[in-house]
Amino acid sequence: MKSVVDLENVVVRFAGDSGDGMQLTGALFSDAAAVAGNDFATFPDYPSEIRAPQGTVAGVSGFQIHFGQKNIYTSGDLADVLVAMNPAPLKKNLEWVKPGGTIIVDTDTFTEKALIKAGYETNPLTDGSLNDYNLIKAPISTLTKNAAAELGLDNKMVLKSRNMFALGVMFFIFHRDFKSADEYFENKFKANPLVVKSNKMVMRAGYNYADTIEALNRVTYNVEPASLKKGKYRNITGNLATAWGLLAASEKSGRPLFLGSYPITPATDILQELAKHKSLGAKAFQAEDEIAGVVSSIGASFAGSMAVTTTSGPGLSLKSEAIGLAVMTELPLVIVDVQRGGPSTGLPTKSEQSDLMQAMYGRNGEAPLIILAASTSSDCFFFAFEAARFAMEHMTPVILLTDSYLANGSEVFKIPDMKDLPKIKPPLAKPNDPEYQPYKRDPEKLNRLWAVPGTDGLRHRIGGLEKEDGSGNVSHDPMNHQIMSEYRAEKVNRVANYIPDQEIIGDKEGDLLIVSWGGTYGNMLEAVNALQEEGKRVSLAHFNYINPLPKNTKEIFKNFKKIIVPELNLGQFVMILRMHFPEFRFEQYNKIQGLPFMVKELVDRFNQLLEED
Amino acid sequence: MANEVYVKELELTKADFVSDQMVKWCPGCGDHAILASFLKALPQLGHKKEDIVVVSGIGCSSRFPYYVKTYGFHGIHGRAAALASGIKITNPKLNVWMVTGDGDSLAIGGNHFIHVLRRNIDINIMLFNNRIYGLTKGQYSPTTPLGQVTKTSPQGTIEHPFNPGELAIGAQGTFFARVTDTNPKLMTEIIVEASKHKGTSLIEFLQNCVIFNNKTFQDITSREAKFENQIYLKAGESMIFGKESDKGIILDGTKLKVVKLGEGVTEKNLLIHNPHESDPGIHIMLAKMAPPEFPAAIGVIRSVDNLSYDEQVEAIIEHEKEVSPIHTVTDLLNSGKTWDI
Repeated sequence: MKSVVDLENVVVRFAGDSGDGMQLTGALFSDAAAVAGNDFATFPDYPSEIRAPQGTVAGVSGFQIHFGQKNIYTSGDLADVLVAMNPAPLKKNLEWVKPGGTIIVDTDTFTEKALIKAGYETNPLTDGSLNDYNLIKAPISTLTKNAAAELGLDNKMVLKSRNMFALGVMFFIFHRDFKSADEYFENKFKANPLVVKSNKMVMRAGYNYADTIEALNRVTYNVEPASLKKGKYRNITGNLATAWGLLAASEKSGRPLFLGSYPITPATDILQELAKHKSLGAKAFQAEDEIAGVVSSIGASFAGSMAVTTTSGPGLSLKSEAIGLAVMTELPLVIVDVQRGGPSTGLPTKSEQSDLMQAMYGRNGEAPLIILAASTSSDCFFFAFEAARFAMEHMTPVILLTDSYLANGSEVFKIPDMKDLPKIKPPLAKPNDPEYQPYKRDPEKLNRLWAVPGTDGLRHRIGGLEKEDGSGNVSHDPMNHQIMSEYRAEKVNRVANYIPDQEIIGDKEGDLLIVSWGGTYGNMLEAVNALQEEGKRVSLAHFNYINPLPKNTKEIFKNFKKIIVPELNLGQFVMILRMHFPEFRFEQYNKIQGLPFMVKELVDRFNQLLEED
Repeated sequence: MANEVYVKELELTKADFVSDQMVKWCPGCGDHAILASFLKALPQLGHKKEDIVVVSGIGCSSRFPYYVKTYGFHGIHGRAAALASGIKITNPKLNVWMVTGDGDSLAIGGNHFIHVLRRNIDINIMLFNNRIYGLTKGQYSPTTPLGQVTKTSPQGTIEHPFNPGELAIGAQGTFFARVTDTNPKLMTEIIVEASKHKGTSLIEFLQNCVIFNNKTFQDITSREAKFENQIYLKAGESMIFGKESDKGIILDGTKLKVVKLGEGVTEKNLLIHNPHESDPGIHIMLAKMAPPEFPAAIGVIRSVDNLSYDEQVEAIIEHEKEVSPIHTVTDLLNSGKTWDI
């Protein structure tokens, strides 16, 4: 008897050598989930080396997808199914598999040599160490060769599609359609019909193999479509969403986009993406270093571009002095920091939230600016847009914090209608305005006007030296410096009048308030949902507007017995909260392992705190 | 060349560009003369006054934008080239000037300096070389002659100085000129020439710092030395110098050599200056000439055509707008793999 089990959500992890095509396998499996109407989130896990030695644990590349019939907020804690193409990926990923989970291995690769290379002393397939798992031992390499034998391609070529055999197995287990994968092959290998055919055959061989073997206990799984809002959807990574959000802001403001940037992991994708879109008038300038990246953007901003620089922590350090120049010259500038593990080179491909203090204070002098933080891969679009809007409308640099986890992770994105995005109205000075003064301020926002070179009748000089209030002439007058420093601070403070109130998920009062920010949103939400289902009086306040904070922040905090601030650092946002709200007691939960929070560990910690007196 | 606008129509004069700010350089500083020559050149450039932008880094020379009534940006130390790049790439119509010094562009800003030249972005760099750090009061710079005693080299420097022309041409610079701050007429002429050049132009001003490095170029600029130790290079003309025009430069094997005319050497034997030669070999040799063995070369040493970065960006944008199916962000959002729910 074949039986079909309904599941609410599933986590699948594909793992292989760096060259095994795991990212592609994952992407094609994600496409099939999309076609099936599931909500999903994905996360690639790859080494910082391009191709670390084959067969070693250091060279393992992974891709995890979490899909389901309810809203999916994270790429999942532990995997229900692990596909391990070789011994090393099994060794590296076993700890991420749920107890009792399914593991699919290519037995052909478990040779003595490969086992030694992966660091195994005995063969895990036979030594009983995997007895607690549903282990599917498939001779994937042999079956792949057999599947495409009739095409007469050489073995080496055919073995490259081993990953497609594994994909076929997964398609059977989860009742997926071949269509989207077939389309991919047809498109990708247009020039080589034989390769299209072999990939299709190998994938179907995997599917049929899974259908016939007993190992599955004749059980397959059904994940119903999610009840997503009607509309057009696509899959999007955080970096792609950031790039597109910036382009959207450029279109809405009528200001051409200029990006000055230097390649740095994990932010490079944004530069690569914007370099493609010259047809939208975007100019992506790959500078000689991080400093030239930001300074060219400041020049571009002066000349009237919607200027952006993108980087990660080490690059933000290098840009510090120049960001101070943007503060002093009060020009719009978006600085995107895709955070990674630090300090120094740190963990280039891993995620962390440890640049917040650098964003707040990493400049000489009193140099306040706006800080926003995106919370999911797809809302990077919205917050990149917002960062550009605030930069231009308030004439100030804005730092947008995302992180490696959001940047490389992907999720389902409902394509927005450009009509629904707010208009952006930069305060451009009018030609020949007799009243124009470089540092005359708007009485509400305290911003100055943007007078772009080439405009008649507005010639003026700005620079890094302190400016005289109004005229903008160089001034060393003591009281003027006091006034201007206070203006610059107050201009940023007043942005609080233009940002939405902080939302709270759950009841407005209770026993525990979770206060989080940035890229941890999905994990927090799942943890809070789990606790609320248990009947616990727990709510979530997840912050995107970091500086200034929403005006109702204090009101929110008042109504909870306890407040905890989980962060992927040693306690940076909590420091800001303590500075602003010394009357509250903030508990901390800090993880700094280059990895996101797991929902389970959050639930445990929150429960523990609820039980404490 | 680049701008065929009639200067007459614009009717600009020097007075249109004099700013209301007090000039705060030391009395006797060479910067005053350079500023005066620049102000005189501006009405001749053929640009609308609002299209001229002057940017700078940090140092004495970098106060320059405050003293010119154009759009101006006084940047941070060493980064003027990046600032100017962003301005020019944003709006190629602008006529962009970058004022910098030997510390600003050859030390802290060395990286930006070589890369702007390599990219050939159409900006004009005025490098005030006084071979010293003036604003910080007398430390040696990357152009200070080997062995010179300064505040940070009390035993004499042990660093081999840069020759700005050699460095710039080595970085694929397409325009290099040198002029002394004692020659206002030539300064103005060269500023106008540089402005016409499509691509990055570099003018090295041999500039005297009257306080911290007085008379550093005395062997080139002094009344007694200037005829024997300067050679004014003009395109298409023989390389002749000397008070009596009795000396010249020849190529002897692979090296330059000073010869005396007469005694079997005639003008025909001398090198004829060709700033438009794309091979940089002779230009680098000319840039490196220095007393006492050689006269220092003055004038436009190199001026060659090459595509500029900014014009190529515009061309790519124009082309992409024609061929790309993506004309709006809506097109982009709906491109690639999408599905309906």
